[in-house]
Amino acid sequence: MAEDLKKEDGLAKARRILQNYDGPKVRIMEVCGTHTHEIFRQGVRRVLSPQIEMISGPGCPVCVTAVTFIDEAISLALDHGCTITTFGDLVRVPGTKKSLQIARGEGANVKVVYTPLDAVAYAKDHPQEEVVFLAVGFETTTPSECLAVEKAMEEGLTNFSLLTANKTMPAAYEAMKDATDLYLYPGHVHAIIGNKICEDMLQEGVSGVVGGFTGKEILTALAVGVTEFQKGKPFFKNCYPRVVTGEGSPQAMELVDKMMEPCDQEWRGIGLLKNSGMQLRGEYAAYDARKKFDLSGIIGKPNPACRCGQVLQGAIKPHECPCFGTACTPEHPVGACMVSSEGACSAWYLYGDLANKPLNK
Amino acid sequence: MTDVVTLAHGAGGKQTSELIEKVFKKHFQNDFFTADDASVLPRPQGKIAMTTDGFIVSPQFFQGGNIGKLSICGTVNDLSCMGAKPLYMTCAFQIEEGFPIDQLEEIVASMEKTAAEVGVKLVAGDTKVAGRGQVDHVFITTTGVGEILDGVDTSGAYAKPGDAIIVTGDVGRHGATILLSRDDYGIEADVTTDCAPLWNPVEAVLTAVPEVHVIRDATRGGVGTVLYEIAHESNVGIRLNSEDIPVNPGVRGVCGMLGLEPLYLACEGRLVMFVPGEKAQEVIEILRGQKYTEGAAIIGHVTEDMAGHVVMTTDIGAETLLPEPGNELLPRIC
Repeated sequence: MAEDLKKEDGLAKARRILQNYDGPKVRIMEVCGTHTHEIFRQGVRRVLSPQIEMISGPGCPVCVTAVTFIDEAISLALDHGCTITTFGDLVRVPGTKKSLQIARGEGANVKVVYTPLDAVAYAKDHPQEEVVFLAVGFETTTPSECLAVEKAMEEGLTNFSLLTANKTMPAAYEAMKDATDLYLYPGHVHAIIGNKICEDMLQEGVSGVVGGFTGKEILTALAVGVTEFQKGKPFFKNCYPRVVTGEGSPQAMELVDKMMEPCDQEWRGIGLLKNSGMQLRGEYAAYDARKKFDLSGIIGKPNPACRCGQVLQGAIKPHECPCFGTACTPEHPVGACMVSSEGACSAWYLYGDLANKPLNK
Repeated sequence: MTDVVTLAHGAGGKQTSELIEKVFKKHFQNDFFTADDASVLPRPQGKIAMTTDGFIVSPQFFQGGNIGKLSICGTVNDLSCMGAKPLYMTCAFQIEEGFPIDQLEEIVASMEKTAAEVGVKLVAGDTKVAGRGQVDHVFITTTGVGEILDGVDTSGAYAKPGDAIIVTGDVGRHGATILLSRDDYGIEADVTTDCAPLWNPVEAVLTAVPEVHVIRDATRGGVGTVLYEIAHESNVGIRLNSEDIPVNPGVRGVCGMLGLEPLYLACEGRLVMFVPGEKAQEVIEILRGQKYTEGAAIIGHVTEDMAGHVVMTTDIGAETLLPEPGNELLPRIC
């Protein structure tokens, strides 16, 4: 099956399988922001049989960034005078009272960078500033954040630190397994951590396919997924073997293990998950913004009316949230699902029913 | 003369005259450029179009152009979109104290060169100098007047079902160039701005096909924003085919890395034209024979259904809505 789909007409064949699928109803959760984005951009949902439901899981690092984390970042900028360096789309994520974007208007120094190493370079060029990088993300970004600390140590920098909210994907798999029949695992995460976790999930009876990120790769993985699902037994298939190998990337994992240790971590909309995060080990305290600056006592209060968590888990549709379209809009997002254009609430706000209906009238 | 602009250059005295003489007059030579309070110009025969635009790009110099070239192209292209031959322009400079005079002259020289390409005359100017930090190096505002070609009537409200949609070249180059030149991302790619004055190709098209319905330049917000504007203003639907949209490989690479959509990146030398379907091939052939529009392509067509929406056929053959633009351009993390 997987081999057939790789042939020249693979795309057409995958489309046909997905369009004509008439097996039992199947819920497929993608667990990664890049998948969510590409599924949305390519219009993948529009070529699926009504028997297939796609659920956007909690794998977008922006969507699961806790309110407290944003409050801490704003406090670093406004109360401690730090320069905040960050991946771009985090600046619009709301904290208890405001986002970094709004804080910037109040004088916070917020710089968007492309990689954590750019933040280190900035710190080197601006020795008079205290530079903090907002370390969010999963297994794909955590190694580069460790690398940034290593680089700062090499350069002898004392004005660079990380505010960590790193998370681990397996914790998300474990937390969400009841909300889905089948995971679409993100290929780049498993290129680093390998496939063992998927095999472990299989032992628990949780099915999944590893998929790549082009439209064709996604459709192929989904087609393999629904075909296997029909057979009625739990399964695991790697549909991205050119990148994902069984053992992953030992170098990246060693680096992270050397510098970081597991910790409990708060996920927006889901809550505190045990051992689901990573933080710098004690010997790197000088590079841990939480230890370097006193941030104790900052506890974010999520807007009680926001129901992003249930939207993320596919329990409610966006318009069933009381904030939707009134307090919460793409211009003034309350919840993280409204922040990026591919967020479930944002898409629903822009297109309403059209987001999922055929486009011919 | 000192080699940087000082507050004295803006005080109206001897140094002001010196700056005007040595920088502006030197490059803006024509019969109408005046020392009087206003320039006196002959009346054009047809209807006139008039427009104004401010330019605050940072950095001021980038791959393939500078703020001066941009300030001419922006206004020339706005006039061109209305089918108006650019005749006269004025420019107002706000310069930060300390700005190097040789850089100012380089900016003014590119204005001269760009204006000459389309025969527009710079007839009046103004210079103000602001203290340090009050202006980011240099801001320029240009105003232009043009004469509308006989028989031409374009507007964003005139798109009709059956129209073909043409872009005059690959999209998103200017936006990608500026992102890279800001050096915030540590990415290097060979991308040059598309900034260009487009009156000559527009004149060639309108002379042969005066019934063009809409011409709009895709600046801030890119081609995607223009398409949504036209869909709303004309109350029509728009269908695009993603494969037909020309994107330079360097721009595609940058967009892939930063999670940006080329259709929303600014252009400064690209027009979107809506032309009756049966005229599309003729317009394409004319554009491909003109400087700056060699890469013209048909990217879609206008429909009666889906009014107000832009529907795109994606790589996997699905039809999906192009997301409506909005907000600050922020690279996604994943």
